Amino acid sequence: MSLPGRRPFPVTLSAGRVYRTSGRSRKSSLSLAGGGYLCRCRPRSCGPAEWTGRGGVGQSGCKPEARSPEAAAVRPGGGHSFLHCGRGARAPSGALSKSVLLPEGEPSCAYPGVLPAFSERRASLFFHPAAQVTAAMAFPHRPDAPELPDFSMLKRLARDQLIYLLEQLPGKKDLFIEADLMSPLDRIANVSILKQHEVDKLYKVENKPAFSSSEQLCFLVRPRIKNMRYIANLVNADKMAGRTRKYKVIFSPQKFYACEMVLEEEGIYGDVSCDEWAFSLLPLDVDLLSMELPEFFRDYFLMSHELWRKLEEEEDGETKGRRPEIGHVFLLDRDVDFVTALCSQVVYEGLVDDTFRVKCGSVDFGPEVTSSDKSLKVLLNAEDKVFNEIRNEHFSNVFGFLSQKARNLQAQYDRRRGMDIKQMKNFVSQELKGLKQEHRLLSLHIGACESIMKKKTKQDFQELIKTEHALLEGFSIRESTNYIEEHIDRQVSPIESLRLMCLLSITENGLIPKDYRSLKTQYLQSYGPEHLLTFSNLRRAGLLTEQAPGDTLTAVESKVSKLVTDKAAGKITDAFSSLAKRSNFRAISKKLNLIPRVDGEYDLKVPRDMAYVFSGAYVPLSCRIIEQVLERQSWQGLDEVVRLLNCSELAFTDMTKEDKASSESLRLILVVFLGGCTFSEISALRFLGREKGYRFIFLTTAVTNSVRLMEAMSEVKA
Amino acid sequence: MNRTKGDEEEYWNSSKFKAFTFDDEDDELSQVVNSLRDFVDDDDADDDLERVSWSISWSIKETSSNSGSNHEREQLKNRNSFSSYAQLPKPASTYSLSSFFRGRTRPGSFQSLSDALSDTSAKSYAPELGRPKGEYRDYSNDWSPSDTVRRLRKGKVCSLERFRSLQDKLQLLEEAVSMHDGNVITAVLIFLKRTLSKEILFRELEVRQVALRHLIHFLKEIGDQKLLLDLFRFLDRTEELALTHYREHLNIQDPEKRKEFLKTCIGLPFSAEDSAHIQDHYTLLERQIIIEANDRHLESAGQTEIFRKHPRKASILNMPLVTTLFYSCFYHYTEAEGTFSSPVNLKKTFKIPEKQYVLTALAARAKLRAWHDVDALFTTKNWLGYTKKRAPIGFHRVVEILHKNSAPVQILQEYVNLVEDVDTKLNLATKFKCHDVVIDTCRDLKDRQQLLVYRSKVDKGSAEEEKIDAILNSSQIRWKN
Repeated sequence: MSLPGRRPFPVTLSAGRVYRTSGRSRKSSLSLAGGGYLCRCRPRSCGPAEWTGRGGVGQSGCKPEARSPEAAAVRPGGGHSFLHCGRGARAPSGALSKSVLLPEGEPSCAYPGVLPAFSERRASLFFHPAAQVTAAMAFPHRPDAPELPDFSMLKRLARDQLIYLLEQLPGKKDLFIEADLMSPLDRIANVSILKQHEVDKLYKVENKPAFSSSEQLCFLVRPRIKNMRYIANLVNADKMAGRTRKYKVIFSPQKFYACEMVLEEEGIYGDVSCDEWAFSLLPLDVDLLSMELPEFFRDYFLMSHELWRKLEEEEDGETKGRRPEIGHVFLLDRDVDFVTALCSQVVYEGLVDDTFRVKCGSVDFGPEVTSSDKSLKVLLNAEDKVFNEIRNEHFSNVFGFLSQKARNLQAQYDRRRGMDIKQMKNFVSQELKGLKQEHRLLSLHIGACESIMKKKTKQDFQELIKTEHALLEGFSIRESTNYIEEHIDRQVSPIESLRLMCLLSITENGLIPKDYRSLKTQYLQSYGPEHLLTFSNLRRAGLLTEQAPGDTLTAVESKVSKLVTDKAAGKITDAFSSLAKRSNFRAISKKLNLIPRVDGEYDLKVPRDMAYVFSGAYVPLSCRIIEQVLERQSWQGLDEVVRLLNCSELAFTDMTKEDKASSESLRLILVVFLGGCTFSEISALRFLGREKGYRFIFLTTAVTNSVRLMEAMSEVKA
Repeated sequence: MNRTKGDEEEYWNSSKFKAFTFDDEDDELSQVVNSLRDFVDDDDADDDLERVSWSISWSIKETSSNSGSNHEREQLKNRNSFSSYAQLPKPASTYSLSSFFRGRTRPGSFQSLSDALSDTSAKSYAPELGRPKGEYRDYSNDWSPSDTVRRLRKGKVCSLERFRSLQDKLQLLEEAVSMHDGNVITAVLIFLKRTLSKEILFRELEVRQVALRHLIHFLKEIGDQKLLLDLFRFLDRTEELALTHYREHLNIQDPEKRKEFLKTCIGLPFSAEDSAHIQDHYTLLERQIIIEANDRHLESAGQTEIFRKHPRKASILNMPLVTTLFYSCFYHYTEAEGTFSSPVNLKKTFKIPEKQYVLTALAARAKLRAWHDVDALFTTKNWLGYTKKRAPIGFHRVVEILHKNSAPVQILQEYVNLVEDVDTKLNLATKFKCHDVVIDTCRDLKDRQQLLVYRSKVDKGSAEEEKIDAILNSSQIRWKN
């Protein structure tokens, strides 16, 4: 950690160990551009710019003297304008991409159960019967957009290190893997690599005993107490049986002292050797890095947990001569914007995640999708050409696109009819394979679409979306409350009911006490009394609260702010907010114009703003903040928003003095989500990037969605 | 740590801890000297002070290892690839200065120099100054709190045993907290928990919220329920105490034991609202145990028709109230209010709202295709004895639920007809193919066009078509279109 006033330029942004590899080996290092700045947003209830965990209610955060030197070095406000925003706000779409036009009136693929036409703008979600593929599809980046760094190196590093660690235990061994690490491990190494390094059998670390006959046991686990207990039981059972084996525990991404304590307590310290697999960043896609710590959300926002390895800035003379690579870094805490994460997703990738659960960039498509009797594991990333073109699209466009694709494909197949032998030979050897591959992908995604349609129709998705949009816009609250109540009474999915309640609570600054009581009682009656604990969790996280009986604050506040200057009003509100953390969603939404005014239809095929990811009804708050800061090059002019966001500390580091950063790297932006980001947010920012010539890199503790968020808060495990 | 030397080198080369490599050593030492000068010149250079003590302690470490055994040196090498230190001349002053500064690093708040020289610190650090030289041999014992924390942060083994005075322990804790590394904070807390009485530990943590949160999380993780409850009691966090105690029930599988445990929760200091929920939870499980025992017996006896026809798929134990109500409506619908398993009894005991009750009973009776019961559910008599159909959940919902349970058209029709809103009625009737309702509604609306459209949808030559034709041909109706 560097000391105040001694900050070297440029600063290497290092996150845990992986970045540290940048020191000399120059491997996939990211440095903060000389002209970049660090923006972060964090709620008032926390300490200063450090990422100390915070837990329950009524905790005022850490003492001011706990301020880290890092925080002291961070100056709020005052930014330089150094970003070349480029020509015009919008690239002419036609000029940059080929537009494929379809004969009009062509039916899209025959999808059973397509919903009846529905005129309302916000609800017209899934059916655009006249399938037209527009230029917006697979809209390319502006030619001056910066290139993304190559993150695949991170995978290789992780794999090499793992192999090295496995070789530390020479000879045949059985490997026990924690369930949570399996998918990430899949992305890094496959079974044959493990076999090459003499891993004999694989076991899952779970609550039942495993009978391994190997003389050497290796455990690959997260540093958790329960894993230590599992290992201890195994080792102690061996001891009882008079059996000696070699044991090795590999912690990922690091070992915790608490784990060693357990090993010591259980009397097996020394019997097992420990190592660390510093694998903390998994590239899920060309622009998406995940720490794969889904439990981070719960630990950080509910319990209390310092970040495992906090992002830190360290001096590094090595980087002095280098051109910085990243212009801006945003660090966003999930609790700055719960609303976006709670909404139903309607862009394709998000919808696939909501419906099938994307795990570590891959998804299991069941028989209903593959239209065979087998399930299929499919990797979803930029390498899947079909997926790459539809991932960011609103679902209503996807049908049309896929059907057009299918027709094009058919046409290409059909070309072979007129071919002579030689041409045919060429065709078979050169094109057929690609066409077949495309064919396979197409039918897979069409299958997925159909399956999504079927499921969504069944659960009355239209009604649901309508309610969500009403909550976001703040009208017919009573109807929405009744809708939620009925959901609960009919024992519709407990997670769904919870999600809607949270959405109601956050958008309305808490439920009115009468509703809170009645909904809670009915919830406990419908889904089980033990959910009392879930409600307690939600209240502590600020996701589901009750308006304080005397919560006329809003009225007082608005009166006061009319009377006195903004600054004074800010102070008064500060005093109020310390009483109860309030989401202020409505006010923020107004300030940032999150609900776009649209005259007539919102054209989802040619989106005009980021709201398209929610059918034009809502611009994701998290993404809007980033957009606004980038536009202004600072937090200036956003004071009111910042106040409403309950951000006491908006760390802002401006390093404009250095002019080495190229304009290109200035438009490369790293967005770090603490507590998870959703695919909708990623899609929205990708859209912003295409519009303004930025490239975004996403780093998240895990990809999340409303279901995962609610499950993390739910005390009763399914 | 089992790193081989090659790896070690790789590791350090790739890391940024240049202070430990030979090349940077010169810099480091000159920095030390510079900082020393700073110290002499400038009283406010707190951070520099820190740096001094930091780098000097490294050199002390070298001193001790120098005089130590070969083995010790080897170890040291492995740890830090640090041996180069030995070849460097040490400033004579380093040694005593370092011991002088040790421990005077920032304990949370920035201590000024004069603070550090005050009585208290002199008292606590003086003994160290006078320690016999031999004691320094154990280099790892020689770290100041901040050095110790730094080492912990890098994942190194570091004994905390030497921090014996409360002040030292707290200073260690504050250093750890200011480092913002949860792992390190927890390591220090484990040490504190072991070496302090819980009263003292709690008292000190009460004023150190960050550390306190970590302790709470740690205790939850390792499942030290007892200490956790003690802690909440000490902090007077009554609601958390109650919830934590209540959470335990999830780990109890045996229903009787769980019930007994829930009984102990009833008196806990929950909010008034939650107290009622806990009471209900207990009562519910108590009921379920009785019902379960009774029904299991009935089922195995094989005498009761309903259990023979519809064998139970799962036990009712630990199910939510609504599920229990459904079960009771399914198996015990006609029972008198006096029995525990009767739906009416459940409704009264748990004050189930009418809406919820009707919804659940409807679903259960429809599933059994007991249409008569369904009918009774919505029939009310007024004081004149007239019967009237009334549904608190709205008849459109009733229709949907009936349809889900594949009710015959005649039944559906009856309820579709009761839907008040004409549009909804028409939609539902069309959706569920209640031809008569559609036809009659169109007739009542005098909507000839819609009727014509509908005619094209019904089967050719069917009774419906005939009916439509009859109406269309009727001269009595004055169509609106």
